[in-house]
Amino acid sequence: MPTVIVPALLRKLTDGRERVSVRGANVRQVIDDLERQFPGIKAHLVEDGDLKSGINVSVDGEMGIGGLLDPVNETSEVFFLPAIGGGTR
Amino acid sequence: MHKTAIETTINGERVEFLCEPRQSMLEVLRDVLGLTGSKEGCLTGDCGACTILVDGRATCSCLMLGVEAAGHKLETVEGLAQGANLHPLQQQFLENASLQCGICTPGFLMSAKALLERNPHPSEAEIRYALAGNLCRCTGYDKIVRAVLEASKATTSKAA
Amino acid sequence: MAAGTTEGSRFRVIGTRPVRHDGVEKVTGAARYGADYAFPGMLYGRVLRSPHAHAIIKSINVEKARKLEGVRAVVTSADLPELPDRIEQGGELPINLHHLSCNILARGKVLYDGHAVAAVAATSPHIAEEALRLIEVDYEVLPPAMTVEDAMAPNAPILLPSLRNKEDGPDKQTNVAAHVQFKRGDIKDGFSKADYVIERTFKTAMVHQGYIEPHNAVGIYNADGHATIYCSTQGSFVVRSLSAAVLGIPEGKLRVVPAEIGGGFGGKTTIYLEPLSVLLSQKTGHPVKLTMNRAEVLRATGPTSGGTIRCKMGATKDGKLVAAEVWMAYEAGGFPGSPVPMGAMCIIAPYDIPNMVIDAYDVVVNRPKTAAYRAPGATNAAFASETIIDELAEKCGIDPCDFRIKNGAHEGTPQTAGPPYKRIGMIETVEAIKNSPHYKSKLTGKNRGRGVATGFWFNIGFQSSAMVNIHNDGTASVVTGSVDIGGSRASMAIITAEVLGLDVKDVRPLIADTDAIGYTDVTGGSRTTVATGLAVYEAAQDAVRQLKERAAKLWEKKPEEVEFNNGMLSAKANGVKPMSIKDIVPRLGRTGGPITGRATVNARAVGPAFATTCVDVEVDPDTGKVSILRATVAQDAGKAVHPSYVEGQMQGGTVQGLGWALNEEYFYDSKGVLRNTGLLDYRMPTCLDLPMIETVIVEVPAPGHPIGSRGVGEVSIVPPPAAVANAIARAVGVRMTELPMSPGRVVKAILSKDGAAVASAAAD
Repeated sequence: MPTVIVPALLRKLTDGRERVSVRGANVRQVIDDLERQFPGIKAHLVEDGDLKSGINVSVDGEMGIGGLLDPVNETSEVFFLPAIGGGTR
Repeated sequence: MHKTAIETTINGERVEFLCEPRQSMLEVLRDVLGLTGSKEGCLTGDCGACTILVDGRATCSCLMLGVEAAGHKLETVEGLAQGANLHPLQQQFLENASLQCGICTPGFLMSAKALLERNPHPSEAEIRYALAGNLCRCTGYDKIVRAVLEASKATTSKAA
Repeated sequence: MAAGTTEGSRFRVIGTRPVRHDGVEKVTGAARYGADYAFPGMLYGRVLRSPHAHAIIKSINVEKARKLEGVRAVVTSADLPELPDRIEQGGELPINLHHLSCNILARGKVLYDGHAVAAVAATSPHIAEEALRLIEVDYEVLPPAMTVEDAMAPNAPILLPSLRNKEDGPDKQTNVAAHVQFKRGDIKDGFSKADYVIERTFKTAMVHQGYIEPHNAVGIYNADGHATIYCSTQGSFVVRSLSAAVLGIPEGKLRVVPAEIGGGFGGKTTIYLEPLSVLLSQKTGHPVKLTMNRAEVLRATGPTSGGTIRCKMGATKDGKLVAAEVWMAYEAGGFPGSPVPMGAMCIIAPYDIPNMVIDAYDVVVNRPKTAAYRAPGATNAAFASETIIDELAEKCGIDPCDFRIKNGAHEGTPQTAGPPYKRIGMIETVEAIKNSPHYKSKLTGKNRGRGVATGFWFNIGFQSSAMVNIHNDGTASVVTGSVDIGGSRASMAIITAEVLGLDVKDVRPLIADTDAIGYTDVTGGSRTTVATGLAVYEAAQDAVRQLKERAAKLWEKKPEEVEFNNGMLSAKANGVKPMSIKDIVPRLGRTGGPITGRATVNARAVGPAFATTCVDVEVDPDTGKVSILRATVAQDAGKAVHPSYVEGQMQGGTVQGLGWALNEEYFYDSKGVLRNTGLLDYRMPTCLDLPMIETVIVEVPAPGHPIGSRGVGEVSIVPPPAAVANAIARAVGVRMTELPMSPGRVVKAILSKDGAAVASAAAD
């Protein structure tokens, strides 16, 4: 099963757990399963049907570009991290 | 405001223009005469982007009034190339990748020209001293100093 | 300028150093920057700015100004639509449009000295200037909060009454806009394993990008509701979308034409004058040009955050880093959005540290809204962490390069935010410095010292569009939406020439306006050569694919039977004579029409970049003046497309970092008024302050990129302040903990040498 690495400040919603096993074949499904296990966490990650602005997803070390649509496989590690701006802020 | 008629020489040509007493030479060049090669970076003589030569001497055109041009010989970056032939400094700036954004380049070229006319064989230290009134934020100056060193070789052979 | 190239000649044009295509215009004065545009009937605009750091605007009376002869319009925030006070997706990063609009023209309150309050259009800039003095603003002055400590104090003046953060809840007014945390391992356990622990508090000053060209914009509003903006910007599409939002008009009615740009360094990725130029043009029916003077640039645009960083790190006797604990708070300026999350992700990024916790706070203060500045947030952060790394190396008795190599991040090391690094060149940059003639040379003389530091910065990917047009004479043009701020036209032409097998002189690079090319994100984030370069590479490949199809048609073959190598089309068959692009061009009409290669990308954030810098200094113990004797920077470029401009980025970033280290700072008085608003007092490095900047280009190809390039525009600014601080420590035995390390601070530290660092940190 894919693993979600929970951002530090959201671990209060996951009983302090850093790594959570989830079901899902893409980021959307992974977040839905995370919400099923830890109600309330989705609101911190998703807004208006897309990843919340300012949040990026990384699957297996690859920066996501598809947001919720990025595919996830059985051994994937899924990270949520702040969006990076460089010259764009 | 009342305007004054001024007669001067710019890049070898006699030029007449009307200007208000409060207009800087830089403003006259850019807004009255359409010579926008000289750039405004500060209007306080600190950045050198507006450097022109007045009777051969590097001058911040933002610190000079338009009316002060009367009777003098002015040179701007637009007069540096002879037709399609670039000045050795221009050529060396290109070959040494001495410009990034390019906004400071006209000022550096004019300050360097004044230097080479006064001292055709400057050392690195002399170049750095002569160009200290020109700010560049992109290059760290390395490639600018190298270009002036290279151009000093080129002007020597040309002058000889 | 040795090049530590690790690769042979896989490329024909990439890696060469042609003269840039826009060079002649830029050395003859012909290139048109934003302020160089003029149109018939054009008016000149000026902006009235707040003299107070923090005040309520009780009323604005513009009647006297309107009556001045030559004045055509006066506008205030009442002329702009009120926008929702919430975070929305704006391009790639969240944006609060209410805050953006209030920064263009203050609404109700001014939040910093220089905050725009009103704008005037008149027949001359002088008349516009006079009109500003006739505008009467009634202020109720409030106490300002100038530092993160001021603003985080329990009874701090509140800047934004509606600002809340998640932790304090919906009922508590605050100046803390955000808290970000990163955590790994067990911090207590980590420190318990350490033989040496160093902890210090660092302060860094607010500094400006310092581009030589002030902001500018010409707005032309048409009677049909369409408008055009000519301006110097790093992102014409960002100007379009943000200006349209502020003006309350559809994006499609706005066209942005990017002028040549006189430097940006991140500071020209947002908007200031652009919507005002359109608004004033709409009010007057004339084109309106607005330009800032230098004082306005310093008071009201750009800067990047200063702030406070507490950093504690531990290592074992044999030099292994075991734990890091960081608390950092950055000044956001008058509105939220400092680069503190990025600073947090960069501060220990070069190292493999099993236990860490980083808390980062974004704090609003009565200073200008910060904008991106070259590796935003990373330079201040590295000043703290790289000083402590240096001290730990010293404690362990290990060479600072060896200490960094021993602890260096490599492929598989988890990044601060968690995901593992792919192939990176951190260790290679340290090795390049260790093996450099500079590091191997002996530094002798009194009060002299050598310092080393390493820096990390991301690459962002983001969206780019590109077109490659094949012309009648067999040459090509490459069109992108990425503004050229430091020679990127040459890089785009090089990549096109590489793929098409052309001479680089036969490729003409063009930068199109927002209606002439597809969406393209800003020139920034070290993304242009990587992401727009990728779009160009794919567009050129698309042109090649079409060329093969046409040749196949002519030869009555299948496209897959046609080969394309070094600009020649060929097929393994009798009677087929290879053709160059020039040969096939006359036949394009008969085989389907002209060829334009096209590509758009949303590039993944590939290949982060590292730089390691070595600096020799001499300290005058009487005056505290620090002279830079020698500087070398080694940076991982992945693959340098145009090495001269890669070196230029490395040298320029290094020198900005040296200015940040030694001279540059925003100096506010007790009322919150900026006192150094000119380039004489905001002291950037001149060429007389510097030696040549030696460069070593390290090339560890970025995985997943067809050329292997990494962004090179930013990371070189990160190490210099720490490298200089470490050199000062070697030279005179004091650890500097505050930027800039100006003569006064250095002397103070020398005079209180015993426990100097503690004294310096506590002095304010």
